[in-house]
Amino acid sequence: METINTDVAIVGAGGAGLRAAIAVAEANPALKVALISKVYPMRSHTVAAEGGAAAVIKDNDSLDDHFHDTVAGGDWLCDQDAVDLFINEAPKELMRIEHWGCPWSREPDGHVAVRPFGGMKIERTWYAADKTGFHLLHTLFQTSMKYESIERFDEYYSTDLVVVDGRCCGVTAIEMRTGQVRFFRSKSVIIATGGAGRVFPFTTNGAIKTGDGMTMAYRAGVPLKDMEFVQYHPTGLPGTGILITEGSRGEGGLLVNKDGYRYLQDYGLGPADPWPRKKAMELGPRDRLSQAFWHEQQKGRTISTDSGPVVHLDLRHLGEAKINERLPMVRELSKSYIGVDPVYDPIPVQPVVHYTMGGIDTDIGTATCVGGLFAAGECACVSINGANRLGSNSLTELLVFGARAGKGAAEVAADGGENPVDGEVLAAAEAAENRVLALFRRNDGTESVSGLRRDMNAAMEAGAGIYRSEDSLQTCTNEMQKIRERYGNVVLTDKSNVFNTDLVEALELGSMIDVAAAMAGSALHRRESRGSHQRLDYTERDDDTYLRHSLAHYSPEDQPAIDYRDVTITRSQPAERVYGGAAE
Amino acid sequence: MTERTVELEVLRYDPDKDDAPGFQTYTVPYREDWVVLDAINYVKDELDRTLSYRWSCHMAVCGSCGMMINGEPSLSCHTFLRDCPEKIRIEPLQNFPVERDLVVVMDDFIDKLGSVKPYIVAKEERSVDDGEYLQTPAQLAKFKQYTACINCLLCYSACPQYALNDDFVGPAALALAHRYNLDSRDVGRSAREDVVASNPGIWECSFVGACSEVCPKSVDPAAAIQQTKIASAGDYFMKFLMPWKRK
Repeated sequence: METINTDVAIVGAGGAGLRAAIAVAEANPALKVALISKVYPMRSHTVAAEGGAAAVIKDNDSLDDHFHDTVAGGDWLCDQDAVDLFINEAPKELMRIEHWGCPWSREPDGHVAVRPFGGMKIERTWYAADKTGFHLLHTLFQTSMKYESIERFDEYYSTDLVVVDGRCCGVTAIEMRTGQVRFFRSKSVIIATGGAGRVFPFTTNGAIKTGDGMTMAYRAGVPLKDMEFVQYHPTGLPGTGILITEGSRGEGGLLVNKDGYRYLQDYGLGPADPWPRKKAMELGPRDRLSQAFWHEQQKGRTISTDSGPVVHLDLRHLGEAKINERLPMVRELSKSYIGVDPVYDPIPVQPVVHYTMGGIDTDIGTATCVGGLFAAGECACVSINGANRLGSNSLTELLVFGARAGKGAAEVAADGGENPVDGEVLAAAEAAENRVLALFRRNDGTESVSGLRRDMNAAMEAGAGIYRSEDSLQTCTNEMQKIRERYGNVVLTDKSNVFNTDLVEALELGSMIDVAAAMAGSALHRRESRGSHQRLDYTERDDDTYLRHSLAHYSPEDQPAIDYRDVTITRSQPAERVYGGAAE
Repeated sequence: MTERTVELEVLRYDPDKDDAPGFQTYTVPYREDWVVLDAINYVKDELDRTLSYRWSCHMAVCGSCGMMINGEPSLSCHTFLRDCPEKIRIEPLQNFPVERDLVVVMDDFIDKLGSVKPYIVAKEERSVDDGEYLQTPAQLAKFKQYTACINCLLCYSACPQYALNDDFVGPAALALAHRYNLDSRDVGRSAREDVVASNPGIWECSFVGACSEVCPKSVDPAAAIQQTKIASAGDYFMKFLMPWKRK
């Protein structure tokens, strides 16, 4: 097996990975960075984020307000020291991206413009029309080309962390062009692989969002934190799940049911003012809006379509000029994929799996419990998002914590320190290679990747959706355990070494099954309702028992063991989440 | 009633075992709301696990799934079955070496993207404490269109110059250079001139405009190249007229 020696290995080249790579290069240009990604950087799913990135910049806004919006939005499950760090760093990070060329939308006088977003008391979401993630990703990718110390390894699928004596010594990855496994021997590793929405069948997430990095850390002994919290975005296109940005509602879009009624006023989000009121109605938080849809469906007030029940997102009153200026991609997507021009007709929408609040357990500096291993972005759980992330906090999060991960990993790499002896490290890397080869060579299996994936998706949708119960989750965890066993019987049809997507999809499926089991197990054990985790059998928040982070620990054979850690509370005591007119 | 179907003729090539590429035909169900990518995913999931291709976002923004569909460079996630004939021919993007099946080798493009220095070259180092560069909506509008490129390679596949001479820097990379040149925050135009105004740069373009026709994001790289030609020609003559203006 070929060994590639580097100083810092970064897995994932989306927003967080690229920001981390640049941070390493700027902190210490002498350090070699290996930026490893299963796709070319500009294919990373950061590209699909639309609405914007939050940071306090205007005179009418305050850091305190961003803090309180975020903590209340997360139903007090956020670590408040991390939120404070986040809101303080946020304006600097977005400013840096401005200096690097991001085409932010502007006010007439040339200052960066901001728009309102759900759950935010004041408009503070920077945006580049409705392609903010796209522009952020391309700006970072293009800027990263300035730095000679960053060497990219595009289309390398990372399989395992190599951990010896509690220290991370690198990562193994398949070079997809040749099918060969390479060992990236490094002094520190950053995981920045994004979310795992593909665990569910109906998601805004691209095909690549399979939770690989989460699983690599999980199998290497790092717990996955708060995995029961999965965000449904309230406005996806039926059929495809294509995201229609919250920016649509930030600009004044309205949600109505089959009677043309703004139903959100029935769910503690009113009054139904004709103007957009912050933190009310359509500008409520995503968890509340998706839950309201579920209730409307139960009441028979949604609209039936071939692709399931929908409600209408009405943008018509914004007018063609504003839609073209602020929401051009929404118009284009809606016209192309469902044949609805929002200038003339309301867009049918339904809730869709969008974001994993949980992830790799890190401290405020993005470090994990394994020496030299860091994680940042959606794959990580710091945690600033708690039980429900506010829209436009995640693009900012991947910059703030991507940069911190880069600095932290650079320090570890520069320090040198005690490294385990080479023989043990190489043996561990070879064990990882052998796992891949065993899967590749197996001929006697009976399970296909696509069939098993479908069963996993179905089990998660049935058991761990917007509303959950003991029964549904027990069934789901049992099913997931069976699926794990069946995975041992997966067989590949494709035996080629060149760009073998049957192999990569099989490994991705293995990642997703472990992530899914962590989600379902964590959800089963949290017998309360908080943020995005809603139980039909435990409908109230229970701070006495559950004002704590869940930690799922990996077991090769059994279901994950779940334990808990206290939330860090500094200056905001848990209170009732209040939205609508009562929030003022 | 028999279910309506479509036939996909897909170019297959695995350098591990094939001497030459060949077509393989798959019959897949027709669905009114399906794009070609959905049909290919059906093949992958139900019929043939060995088919290789790239895709991710399914919403025409990640740029992964470019391929020739009935001879036209297209995004397969943005080409609907309802707009295609019953027999659909699918091949890897032309003008690129084939890595396997519908996957092309894109190293050359990636190198060219980097060669135009696609980042802000600032007049002086600016601290984040100094706040943002002011940029009016009018200044933004000058280059905004050229920021929309998703690097899908369709323009290279359509470009007759790139087909003849792969030294040509090509539409997307030249449009990106132009994007930074037009950005009010940037002073890097002269630094990019080496690559942009070199022989395999803008002067190679014969202005057929095929790049702009296939662009799924209306970037119009042909216009970017023509505007760059005018600016570079201007520089050339300025050297004689106003030699003191040289950098």
